Amino acid sequence: MRDVAIIGVGVTKFGELWNKSFRAIGIEAGMKAMEDANLSGNEVDGIFVGNMSAGRFINQQHIDALIADYSGMATNHVPATRVEAGDASGGVAFRQAVMAVASGMNDVVLVGGAEKMTDLDDTSINAIMDSTADAEWEAGMGVTFAGLHAMIAQRMIHDGTATREEIASFAVNSHFHGALNPNAQFRKAITLDTVLRSGPVATPLGMFDCAPISDGAASVVLCPLEDAKKYTDSYVKVSAVAQASDTLSLSQREDITTYGATVAAAQRAYQQAGITAQDIQVAEVHDNYTVAGIMALQDLGFYKRGEAGKAVLEGRCQVGAGPVAVNTSGGLKARGHPIGATGVAQIVEIAEQLRGSADKRQVENAKYGLAQSSGGMGSAVTVSIMEAI
Amino acid sequence: MSTVAREWREIPGRYNLEGTKCENCGSIFFPARDFCPKCRRAGIGKISRYDVCRRGKVFSFSIVHDAPDFNNMLKPYVVAMVQTDDGVMVSAQLVDVDLDKVAIGMPVRAVLRKLSADGASGVIRYGYKFVPDE
Amino acid sequence: MDVGIVSYGAYVPRYRIKPEEIGRIWGVDGKGMGKGLMIYQKSVPSPDEDVVTIATEAARYMMDRVPEVDPKDIGAVYVGSESHPYAVKPTATIVAEAIRATPAMTAADMEFACKAGTAGIQACMGLVGSGMVRYGVAIGADTSQGAPGDALEYSASAGGAAYLIGSEKVIAKINKTLSFTTDTPDFWRREGQPYPLHGGRFTGEPAYFRHITSAAKMMFEAMGTTAADYKYAVFHQPNGKFPTRVAAQLGFTPEQIEYGLLTPNIGNTYSGAVPLGLANVLDHAEPGDRVFVTSYGSGAGSDAFDITVTDEILNYRRDNAPLLEKVMADPVYIDYGTYAKFKGKILMSE
Repeated sequence: MRDVAIIGVGVTKFGELWNKSFRAIGIEAGMKAMEDANLSGNEVDGIFVGNMSAGRFINQQHIDALIADYSGMATNHVPATRVEAGDASGGVAFRQAVMAVASGMNDVVLVGGAEKMTDLDDTSINAIMDSTADAEWEAGMGVTFAGLHAMIAQRMIHDGTATREEIASFAVNSHFHGALNPNAQFRKAITLDTVLRSGPVATPLGMFDCAPISDGAASVVLCPLEDAKKYTDSYVKVSAVAQASDTLSLSQREDITTYGATVAAAQRAYQQAGITAQDIQVAEVHDNYTVAGIMALQDLGFYKRGEAGKAVLEGRCQVGAGPVAVNTSGGLKARGHPIGATGVAQIVEIAEQLRGSADKRQVENAKYGLAQSSGGMGSAVTVSIMEAI
Repeated sequence: MSTVAREWREIPGRYNLEGTKCENCGSIFFPARDFCPKCRRAGIGKISRYDVCRRGKVFSFSIVHDAPDFNNMLKPYVVAMVQTDDGVMVSAQLVDVDLDKVAIGMPVRAVLRKLSADGASGVIRYGYKFVPDE
Repeated sequence: MDVGIVSYGAYVPRYRIKPEEIGRIWGVDGKGMGKGLMIYQKSVPSPDEDVVTIATEAARYMMDRVPEVDPKDIGAVYVGSESHPYAVKPTATIVAEAIRATPAMTAADMEFACKAGTAGIQACMGLVGSGMVRYGVAIGADTSQGAPGDALEYSASAGGAAYLIGSEKVIAKINKTLSFTTDTPDFWRREGQPYPLHGGRFTGEPAYFRHITSAAKMMFEAMGTTAADYKYAVFHQPNGKFPTRVAAQLGFTPEQIEYGLLTPNIGNTYSGAVPLGLANVLDHAEPGDRVFVTSYGSGAGSDAFDITVTDEILNYRRDNAPLLEKVMADPVYIDYGTYAKFKGKILMSE
């Protein structure tokens, strides 16, 4: 297996991009990444696209072909593959691409993640999100995606492993960083009170506990580590790409306040990279709901169970404030959560941090960065570790 | 119309909490599984029908305000993870309950209720919900 | 062969609205109206309840009380209602599936205004008595509709009761049943129409009173009895006033009809009314108690029953399901806005 490098990154602004189509944002991110990698385009021999539900959001299936076509890759007949794993679509697409390069099957791969959500109304969007859990036995019974996360939060509060304030503080952390990221959907810091007083979505979670509905795309370019210097001086090494699965339905788990797939993927990733959680200085975690962010910090080994919430509430996950800066991009909550794009956007942020190009949110001397992408109720999780060169 | 067969084939589970049991390891499955994820090959041919207990306790809950269209008339409504007396976890709605009295540990029992309908002229989907069990 | 009731179960939704709350919306003295009708509150189904769910709950209570009865021995399921959720597609098959009586059985929905439930009991008696089936299930249930602002809005409510009819371990023997039926259009609902219409005061003397008293007198004559021979009596109860008056006309005392008269507390449950009243009587009955029952369905007809509670009721596991008093306890009172929401009167976007 060959070591793999990220040689280019690109991301669109995330948000309600009313005047931009799916194909427009997808191509914008891809072109930025190619430009960043100093590629002409002819070098690319494979495309992987993370996308959850273009079929339902914009009634367009076969978006692998669409992306290949509009990025000019179809003229060279470059193979394009669309990857779907719920919210983790982008994370899994990245992993597939890394595997393709590592194995020697491909040499230069373009990884994209894109979602165009705002062409639909909120209720229809929520119904699509609900279907990433068990459509028949959860969503179909009236148990919404937000409701499932809310029941995790309720149980944590009941068990005494997190308080409502600690859970809510995850959004404060995300917004703190979102204010520093020019591509974030929400560029405004908020107070804990704003989260606690936001309208209820599924108690105890309110509007500010939930990631927004977003349009956006992100892209990275991969090549073998040994070839990276041919293209750029600014690249990072992919030290690990691990993935794990869990039951589709939350009710099939022994313990609902931890995601076993995150724990398993993290263990595998640390092993691949030959490091431990304590070696990570910057992490992007999947905070589609605040409570999921708290769980991730514990499942990834940054904090013991019952201690992550406290750390976030005390501001120790902000840039420069603690051992690991969390969601410096603004996370899903403030940067935005165009579902298929999210997992790739996390990689972009970590690459920027490790290259030292993260501007006002730069983590000093970051050596290792981690991205955790979670699909559905933690039913598919990828943990990727990147290393500064 | 396209949903008719799909809804019809799940009637045993939705009306009567009918699941399955692996006779090899004793695991109970709800929703029903034809393949034991623990025993895998050793469980093939040893999966039998199992009726999940209709009584249980609230393991966790939430009051849902952001409701799917089919539950617009019920919002805000309660969802719960219910641990049945035989240890199965079932996610469902909890109805006919005072919102300020829902609590973890509360005894509940399954009833049949209308879950949704395919518009005004389509098929009606019935299934389990839970109510307080006094 | 003694044919009778082997088990029963009864269910009423939890929500209530008072006539003064309905009157408040329409500028009517609702309290006075309620007093005149002898209806002090009525039950309201939750938006997720209908005749299927009400009938199922009653039928499950019924089965819970006879754990020794194998539901596969049920050969017929009849659900009587005037508010079946489908115009075409039986309620009875859904209920039968929910109590696991399918598939070796017959089923049908019945409609005869407010007496479809008792018509089902008669049909089951015939099937059991003839040996065609071992057990039959007859259910009367309704989520009846009254047009907003109409007098019916003060009474039309929801509830139902289920009866397991058989010839083994009978807790209440049905000594005789007979009917009195004519073509009398006092109340009707045309196909596709959401609300029924009625003939106003015409629903009284030539309709309700004539049919009930005729059937009752036929029963007295056939059995050689008078009102004094019965411990309890149950009459159809579109309001509290009519059954009270008809009972007096037939010689029954207020004490005899007390347990069987639920409308003052839950409103008119239509097909569920007599089955529910009888259930409440059976909740209190002891061996030897004789019960006189006469239903009424607009259109019009009355079914009369002469019933004797047997010693078997002492072995009967009545406590395996809640008694009706418990089902009706702890109601939640709702305002007209909630009522309109529950009854689907609010126009929602598609």
